[in-house]
Amino acid sequence: MRRATTRGRRAAALLLGAVALLPAACGSGGDEGVPLVNLYNAPQENLEAIVARCNDLAAGRYRILLNTLPRDADGQREQLVRRLAAADPGLDVLGLDVTWTAELAEAGWIREWTGDHAAQAREGTLAKPLETAVWQGKLYAAPYNTNVQLLWYRSDLVPSPPRTWNEMMAVAAELAARGKPHYGEVTGAQYEGLVVWFNSLVASAGGQILNTGGTQVALGPPALKALDVMRAYATSKAADPSLPNTQEDAARLAMEGGRAAFEVNWPFVYASMAANKPDMLPVFKWAPYPGIDGAGASPLGGGNFAVSTYSEHPEESFQAALCLRDPASQLTAAVKDGLPPTIESVYKDPAMAEPYPMRDAILDALKTAAPRPKTPTYQNVSTMISAALSPPAEIDSPVTLAELREQISAALQSKGVLP
Amino acid sequence: MTTPAPATRRALTEGQRSERRLGLWLCAPAALIMVLVTGWPIVYSVLLSLQRYDLRFPDDRAWVGLSNYAVVLTNEFWWSAFWVTLVITVISVSIELVLGMLLALAMYRAIVGRGLVRTVVLIPYGIVTVAAAYGWKYAWTPGTGWLAAMLPEGTAPLTDRVSAIAIIILAEVWKTTPFMALLLMAGMAVVPEELLRAASMDGATRWQGFAHVLLPLMKPAILVALLFRTLDAFRIFDNIYVLTNGSQNTASVSITAYHNLIGGLNLGIGNTMSVLILISVAIIAVVFIVGFGTAAPGSGR
Repeated sequence: MRRATTRGRRAAALLLGAVALLPAACGSGGDEGVPLVNLYNAPQENLEAIVARCNDLAAGRYRILLNTLPRDADGQREQLVRRLAAADPGLDVLGLDVTWTAELAEAGWIREWTGDHAAQAREGTLAKPLETAVWQGKLYAAPYNTNVQLLWYRSDLVPSPPRTWNEMMAVAAELAARGKPHYGEVTGAQYEGLVVWFNSLVASAGGQILNTGGTQVALGPPALKALDVMRAYATSKAADPSLPNTQEDAARLAMEGGRAAFEVNWPFVYASMAANKPDMLPVFKWAPYPGIDGAGASPLGGGNFAVSTYSEHPEESFQAALCLRDPASQLTAAVKDGLPPTIESVYKDPAMAEPYPMRDAILDALKTAAPRPKTPTYQNVSTMISAALSPPAEIDSPVTLAELREQISAALQSKGVLP
Repeated sequence: MTTPAPATRRALTEGQRSERRLGLWLCAPAALIMVLVTGWPIVYSVLLSLQRYDLRFPDDRAWVGLSNYAVVLTNEFWWSAFWVTLVITVISVSIELVLGMLLALAMYRAIVGRGLVRTVVLIPYGIVTVAAAYGWKYAWTPGTGWLAAMLPEGTAPLTDRVSAIAIIILAEVWKTTPFMALLLMAGMAVVPEELLRAASMDGATRWQGFAHVLLPLMKPAILVALLFRTLDAFRIFDNIYVLTNGSQNTASVSITAYHNLIGGLNLGIGNTMSVLILISVAIIAVVFIVGFGTAAPGSGR
């Protein structure tokens, strides 16, 4: 009797242990047969409206559920790669920064676009944005929005816009001598913006950071020229004292606050100026991105839609992604959220005229814009570049160049240690 | 924790023995899970640290022996992070010990409103570290912060290495001094009041009573508090993650490991760093236990 009780209790104890070990059952959603397409994208105010339109058009073929990623690019990437590395089937359509294509494609986390889907994604799409979605000759995403930086200036202070960085420094010195606002804002903080600046300067000087395949460091004399310009600019009258800490938003605020005479920045500054300082808007003009000897190569940004390898509804995901970036969706994103379209015809829409008076300048800049290096280790390469170039006033061109060469090579082989 | 002598074991009745067996059976699942959840990750981490394994290049995975350790241990970023961590640990734990002792005395000796005093002192410890860190971050950011507003125009203390580390230490001290005080107060409570009264009867001043009676008797409690806090401080992550995320060379070893592991997706290098952190933590623990002899926790007295 006693034994029996003990055995009973022992069995109960084991059972309890076993129950504790059982994984929590997780229910995966989806209502009555309509495939659920989980969209993960950076915060965008009116994306919900775009999603709603596509859900209506889908008419029950699929239903897109919008999931919003963190606000900062690193946070977005971290969440995506962490879940993709764990083969999470809960992600279907991914909103990617243009610099992530190679990394995710090489790791096998996003699907190649082929056949009809690829043809639709390519149709009418501008060449430069499309190129950001390609890795090793294959299409891995559908371009959603693009972006280029322009030179923004106050025509009351600067009658004719400078065309090169040297001219900017000269204009600033002249304004300073007259006691006028003379700062020319640029993203000089130790982050991606500094890499963007350097990349554009190297491209403007006729070079590139990596070779075309992204396998080796290129740099060379154009990079040396770019470093010289960065250092000269950071120590010139044009440099705001807070240049080593300036990101896009600080540049915009310095301009709106009247401290700066010009800035290089993305077109969102125009809508912001219209909203915050309407009386300054008539003198707030734009010009092509400055170059070194001649015309400059503007930085190229933007976002693309990719489909996760682990998606359980790939066909529906491709269709959803195509709808989310069709001309009507892109027009909404452009007009309501300030995201320049990747489909050329959208620029001709009458609704674009008022929010985008600079649309022709954007299209022009897109012809010569400088894409950032394509490599699966872009994150490492970028971290190393921004660390080596910060603060820009302390660049010692030949030494910095040697340092860049060494650290980027290590980063390319993923052998380097990140700070 | 007392092991029964063999003599008593022989005297166990059948019932007692089955009780004991049942006890072991009841413990077994927990013990097994403990081994699985703590032992296996450590072993797995060591195994990963011996491989070239970058998630972006799954095809290049290979065993590389100790070469990841050579890479990390010859890297300037790692050593910068190591020294930053060490500086933060030593300075913050020293300040916490002094302040914690003062607070413990205040809490212990408080005559009126003892409950209120103890509650107020513990408030910082009750606030989520990340939330508090954001509070500090905004307070020190020019334009949004009340602390930054007190500084001369144009200074951004979080963008300079030395001042950023000072702010990180300040946030750490503010946050964990109450914990230190709590541990010390617990140690204080065990010291018999009569000893202190006897000392003062013998003519000891208040300071002598503190330094020669209270402190020696509190030594085990102080060591526990110091050990806990040193290990915690060495693994500092959340305050730095929020305040600077390692920019301007303010990364700690944990932040650097995180950047390489999660940001860089480099499982080999990242795990090498994790193992090195584990070794450092183990060294700290051993130094405390061996260096401070029998009074140290776990020495069985």
